[in-house]
Parts: sequence; structure tokens; C-alpha cells
Amino acid sequence: MSALPLDYETLRLIWWALLGTLLIGFAIMGGMDLGIGALLPFVARNDAERRVLLNLSGPTWEGNQVWLVLGGGAIFAAWPAIYAASFSGFYIAMIAILLALILRPVGFKFRSKVDNPTWRSVWDWGLFIGGFVPSLVFGVAVGNLFLGAPFRLDDTLRVSYEGNFFGLLTPFALLAGLVSLSMLLTQGATVIAARTQGPMAERARTYGRWAALATLVLFILGGVVALTMLGGYSISSAIDTGGPSNPLGKTVVITTGGWASNYSAMPWTLAAPALALLGSLLAYVALTARAHVLGILSSSLAILGIIATAGLSLFPFLMPSSIDPASSLTVWDASSSQLTLFIMLGVTLLFLPIILLYTTWVFRVMRGPVTTTSLNRNPNAY
Amino acid sequence: MTDPLVVELSRLQFAATAMYHFLFVPLTLGLSILVATMESVYVMTGRPIWRKAVLFWGTLFGINFAVGVSTGIVMEFQFGMNWSYYSHYVGDVFGAPLAIEGLMAFFLEATFIGLFFFGWDRLRPVAHLTVTWLMALGANFSALWILIANGWMQNPVGATFNPDTMRMEVTDFMAVLFNPVAQAKFVHTVSAGYVTGAVFVLAISAFYLLRGRHVEMAKRSMVVAASFGLAAALSVVVLGDESGYVATEHQKMKIAAMEAMYETEPAPAALTLFAIPGADGRPTYEVKLPYVLGLITTRSIDRDLPGITELTERAAGRIVNGIKAYTALEAIKADRNDAVARAEFAANQADLGYGLLLKKYRPDVENATGEEITLAALDTVPDVWPLFWSFRLMVGIGFFFIAFFALWFWKASRHTLTSSPLLLRIGLWALPLPWLAAEAGWLIAEYGRQPWVVEGVLPTFYAASGLHVWDLIISLAFFVTVYTVLAIVMVWLMLRVVRHGPAEQTALDHPPVPATAFPEPAE
Repeated sequence: MSALPLDYETLRLIWWALLGTLLIGFAIMGGMDLGIGALLPFVARNDAERRVLLNLSGPTWEGNQVWLVLGGGAIFAAWPAIYAASFSGFYIAMIAILLALILRPVGFKFRSKVDNPTWRSVWDWGLFIGGFVPSLVFGVAVGNLFLGAPFRLDDTLRVSYEGNFFGLLTPFALLAGLVSLSMLLTQGATVIAARTQGPMAERARTYGRWAALATLVLFILGGVVALTMLGGYSISSAIDTGGPSNPLGKTVVITTGGWASNYSAMPWTLAAPALALLGSLLAYVALTARAHVLGILSSSLAILGIIATAGLSLFPFLMPSSIDPASSLTVWDASSSQLTLFIMLGVTLLFLPIILLYTTWVFRVMRGPVTTTSLNRNPNAY
Repeated sequence: MTDPLVVELSRLQFAATAMYHFLFVPLTLGLSILVATMESVYVMTGRPIWRKAVLFWGTLFGINFAVGVSTGIVMEFQFGMNWSYYSHYVGDVFGAPLAIEGLMAFFLEATFIGLFFFGWDRLRPVAHLTVTWLMALGANFSALWILIANGWMQNPVGATFNPDTMRMEVTDFMAVLFNPVAQAKFVHTVSAGYVTGAVFVLAISAFYLLRGRHVEMAKRSMVVAASFGLAAALSVVVLGDESGYVATEHQKMKIAAMEAMYETEPAPAALTLFAIPGADGRPTYEVKLPYVLGLITTRSIDRDLPGITELTERAAGRIVNGIKAYTALEAIKADRNDAVARAEFAANQADLGYGLLLKKYRPDVENATGEEITLAALDTVPDVWPLFWSFRLMVGIGFFFIAFFALWFWKASRHTLTSSPLLLRIGLWALPLPWLAAEAGWLIAEYGRQPWVVEGVLPTFYAASGLHVWDLIISLAFFVTVYTVLAIVMVWLMLRVVRHGPAEQTALDHPPVPATAFPEPAE
């Protein structure tokens, strides 16, 4: 495959960055709707208010969720070993996420079709679960990447697990889950504050400020724990960054504080945690000052910083193994073939700009505040 | 090796969730195009009755689409959850079309469906019509990419096994893209979706005409459905025939099983219309149409069609080669630089999958006995009778729909849609048939490919995740509960919408007014 214009190492790095981009894209775009869902019963206290929130998400949430679907597809196409090991290893956690993802489309669609308080209340809680559970579980999953998952590979590269669902719920993983939850609550709250009026916007500001503060504190706490108490992984054998994707045949050492090694080797990477801190602090300030656009932007900045911090800390590891560190999956040994990475890069570069273009257009068409009066103009409103 | 019970439960779960998901897909495919067609008529004529029709069918489309999205996400994740060795083994090839589906289809469909529902008062008619067509296009692109992925499972072209990474890797992406099986399946499947959409619109319109309700909208909808349905029904059968022809080239065992054809059928092969399974499972009483099968499958009258017995013998030969490939692969794993083993592997790698069939009988494939080879060869025969009858059910419904739509098309052009209550009743009661045919079709495609998950490359039992039985019990209980509730709620909501009928008047019937003109609803 030497005929390809990009070498294998570069393609792997690009796809590592692209995967990060897609996950950040989902957390920023889909995070608005997850946050709104998780805040639904608290920020909106009667049917009219809840309809406002649902119609705030309504026209765009499906497109936003595709970032997640595409993230899943990209992991399958570019990092098949990660797709195979993580989705099967976190099986019951995935079922919980699926429950949430099933509840959302039908919740949005079904709720408005029947004008009955019990019916609507059931779907409100369904939408709450649909926002709350994934926000928490995605973070718990990332926390488990720092801890390593209990899997090993045999010589046919078949993955086997020695753990169960409850093994995922360790204190550090739950802490990571709370970081993720508070960061997405902040994101949802900044959008509600910007696009609604009156008491709902005020409530959203209150929740949003608490959530931004929680993000800041929990992120710092998580960083301290990860750097001082957890074992960080590093490859101790020679690395062939352009070699065939076979994780066996390397050796890995675990040292406490090892997750800091990239930051000392490449100080520019400290920009990621700095953005996370700055973003959540700014989100707090912006919500206090009623600077709505700044609120959404800074909350998005915090998301970017937090996810980038996770990715850069783990690099080159994608999914470390706690019971057999040599089976750990890394950027250099868990990717697709060079040809597949190259073709998929071409397809992505072709379509991603088009997607951004029409998504921007749709958001422009749907811009402006959502109020109870504006809902009555559209026969399809939720 | 994975617990056989886990494999069986994983298969059951995947089959059940896939077949459930496919209750919604064909209607999305067909109804999206029908709604876009009706909206085109609205924009061209400017008559509000057409917008009323678009809003009404759009509401039903939206309910169906929501459940389709819910159950579709499940499918994307299940490959990794339940079929992790499959995901590792073929992800390099199979993952790409799924990711492209996201980039090219899901984003388009999901972004514009929001505007389809929420853009009515914010877009000019032509802009809204464009949005509707882009949404329909997205839905149909999605079918293209998922069928390219599925087509590769039926006919794995453009890829080869890499001993260094222990998986299949792409060598020729264009071959994967233009896989003849994928192309034939795509047109056959979307046409079936169009038939489903047309039957849905026609049946509900027939219901309104029988009751004398919403007659103007129902008649217009029926005209659109009848013409669209006739074209689609013809295309399903013609392109289904193409599928049969392509399958003959690549999946001879599937054709033989569909036909319950144990012995090789000498040219020109006859088509079995009807048969009764005997005590040994073989057909005893057969009604045959001479020449027809040979014409359909080989497009000739001088080629034999191999029967199950002969194909099993061929499989045994490939298993012997597969053992050679497997043995060479073991040698390569022991010494990556063993050039002799690599040459031996390259010579036999096309049959590696057949060697893996022996994993069901022993872990050390290289020591397999002749008896085990015979057993593994017999495993390549799928379950004959479910395939035989599903095929006849599907084809029967396919031909029925040609006659059905031809009749309605004729009645529409004669303006006699309401002349016969009996025919309207038939129109209404035909409603479940396209779903029956579609599910039967998928049963043939997927169950007929067994024991393979990827034809000739990877046996199904070897591809499952090493989960615990309890994992599967929990997830199966989850899906049965959630999907049953969803089905009940969805059908109930759809019936409610149909009973209620189209909105007689909407805010859109008036020119836009300032928002303040509407009173705040009481809290």
C-alpha cells in the first residue's frame, strides 16, 4: 500500500483526531438536546413550558444525534478492534444507553399526539431518562478507559472479558460520569437560557451556573485523582507506528502518574485542560451576566477541552486492558488497514463540509426564541 | 469458543430486532417519496387539498419514522455488542459502508426531517419542497449503503485475509461498491419499500372511501398510490428476478435450498411450484414448471443447476483446502517469517472459512477426522423448508401486487375508484401483505445464508461475542418488553390519527399573522 499518498502513521493520527472531532461534535450538538432532556422536568414545570423546551430541541435534535451514530460508524470503520472490544465489553451499559436512545425519538414524537396529563408526564420522564442516562454513562465509559477494562485477546485476536456491569461503577468512573453529566447539563442550560424567555430562562440560568461550577470542580478533582492515584499506561517495547494492526507483541508498563507523561513530553497539550477550565469558568460568568451567545460558546469550549484532555492523556492508548496490559488497544495497533483509512478520510473530507453547510442553514432557518405563542403557528409542533 | 447457547440467543436477538426494524424501513422508503410527490403536486398546482394530504400522510410518516430511528440505532450498535468477532474480522470492509451511510444518508435525512415538520411557516413552498425531497433522498441513500454492506456479506468481493492482523482487509473498494449482489438487492429492496408505501396510502384511502370520509383527499392520494405502486410492483418482481440470477452466480446453496432441490437439476431446470416434505425432509410430491427455473437463474436452457447433494460434496472439498489454510496460518502465527507457510496459506486462503466450520467440532482444526469433515459439509445446508415456503409466499405476493395495482391504476384512469365496495375492501385488507413479503424476503436472504454470517468466509457461530447467557437473557427481556410496548403504542397512535383524519383547517390556511395575535394558552 505504499502507493497511497499518506503513510499509515499519519492516517492513524488523522483518524485519532477525527474520532475526537466526531465525539466532540456529538457532545456539543447532541449535548444540547441531552442537557435539555435531563433538565426538562426541572426547568419546565407545566405542559406549556415543557412544550417550549421540546420544540426548542424538536427541529434539530435528530440531526444532532447523527454525530453519535456517525461516531459509532467511524469507530467501526476506522477502529474495528475498539468497536468490537468496547461495545461487547460494556454490554449492559450499552443496553442502558440504547434504552435512552430508543426513548428519545418516540418521546418527542408520541408525547404531543395525545392531550392527556398522565400520557405527557410519562413521556416527559422518558425524555428525562433519555437525556440523563447517556450523559452519565458516556462519562462512566471514558472513566473506565483510564482504569483499563478487564479484557484480553487470544492469538486469533478474539476478545474475552472477565468483568461485569457493576465492575464498571467504580468511584473514579462515577466521578468521570458526573463530569460528563454536569458538562452536558451546562450545555443544555445555556441553550435554554438563550432561546426561551421569562421564568424558564431564569431557572435554566440557575441550574446552568451550578452545573458549570460542578464541571469545573469535578474536572479538577478527576484530574488530581487520575494523576496521583491511578496507574497510567505506556508502551515499553519498540513501536512500529506503521506496522500491521495487531496489538499482541508489545509490552506495556503501568506507573502511577503515567497519564501525565504526554503533558510533560509535549507541554502544548496542556492547552486542552486549560480550555476545559477556562470554558466552564466562562460559562458560569456568561450565565451570570446573561451573555447568551458567550454562554453557549464557552460551554462548547469546555466540552472541547474536557474531551480533548481525555484523548490526549490516554494517547496513544484508546482502550487499555487492566488484566492483560499487553492486549491494550492503541492508535498504532487497533486501526483499519491503510487503504480503508485513506478511503474513509477522502469520503469524510468530501461530506463533512457539506453536512456543516446544510446544518448551519437549518439552524439559521429555525433561529429565534421559542415561545408558547410561536408554537401555535405550526400544525406539526410537539 | 463461544457458548453455543449464547450464539443461538444472539442470533435470535439479532434476527428479532432486525426483522422488527424492517417493519418501519420499507414504509419510510415508500412514504417519503409519496409525500414528496404529493407536495410537488401541491407546489405546482397551489391547491390546499394537496397540502392537507401532505400534512396528513406526513404525520403518519413521522410516527413510523420515529420508531424506525429508535430501532435502527440498536442495529448499528449490535454488531459490536453481540458480534464482536465479526466486527473485528470484517470491520475493515463492513464498517466503511456503515460510516458512509452516516455521512451521506443519515445526516441528510435527520437534518431535513426536522425542517420538514417545523419549516412550514418559515420556508417558502419551493424551499420546503426541496427539504422534503432531500429528506426522501437521504432515506433512500441509507438503503443503498446498508445494502452494499449486506451485499458484501452475501458475496464478499474485493477483500482478502491478512494473516498479520487476523482479519479480512479491503483490497478493491470499487468491487465492494459495485458488488452486483448489492446493486440487485438495493433496487429490489427500495422497490419493495415503494410498494409498501403505495399499499399503505391506498389501503387507508380505501378505508376513507368506504366510510365516505375525506373523499377528496382519499381519491387524490389513491391516484398517486396506484400509479406509483404499479411501477414499483413491476420493478420489485423484475429486479427480484435479477437478485435470483445474481444469487445463482454467488450463492448456489441458497438457490438449491429455496427450491428444495436435493439432486442436481439437469438443463433446462424446472421450477417447483409446490411440494410436500417427506419423512427424510426431501420433497415427495412436486408440481413443476419445465424450463422456468433455468431461465430465471441461469438465463439459459443449457446449464445444469447443482443440487444440495452435489453442493455438499463440493463443500467437503473446500473444507479439506480450508484445513490446509488453517494449518498454514497456525505456522505463520508461530513464525511470522515462515515463507513456505505464507505461500501455502496464499494458495488456500479462499477456503479458510470452510476450515473454520470445523471449529464447531474441535479446536484443533488441523487434526479433523473424515467424519468431522462430512458433518461440517452437511452444516453448509441451510434449513430447506422455511426457505422454500418463504420464497413462494414472497413471490406470490409480488405477483398479486402487479395485478392489484394494475387494477387500481385502471380504475383511477376510468375515474371509478369508488364504484365497487368489494374492491375497496380488498384494497384495505391488502395492507399487511407487503410487510409479509418483505419479512419473508429477508428471511430468505439471511437465514438462507446460514451457516455463514459472511458467505464462505466466516461461520456465524464463530462470529459471536463471548457474552454470558445472563447478558443475553437481560437484553432479550429488555427488547421484548420495550419493542412490544412500542408496537402497541405506535399502532394505537396511528389508528388514532387515521380515525381523526386530516386536519380540516390549520394555521397555514391563513396568511402569516403577528405572533401576538394568538392568545397565550392558560397554564
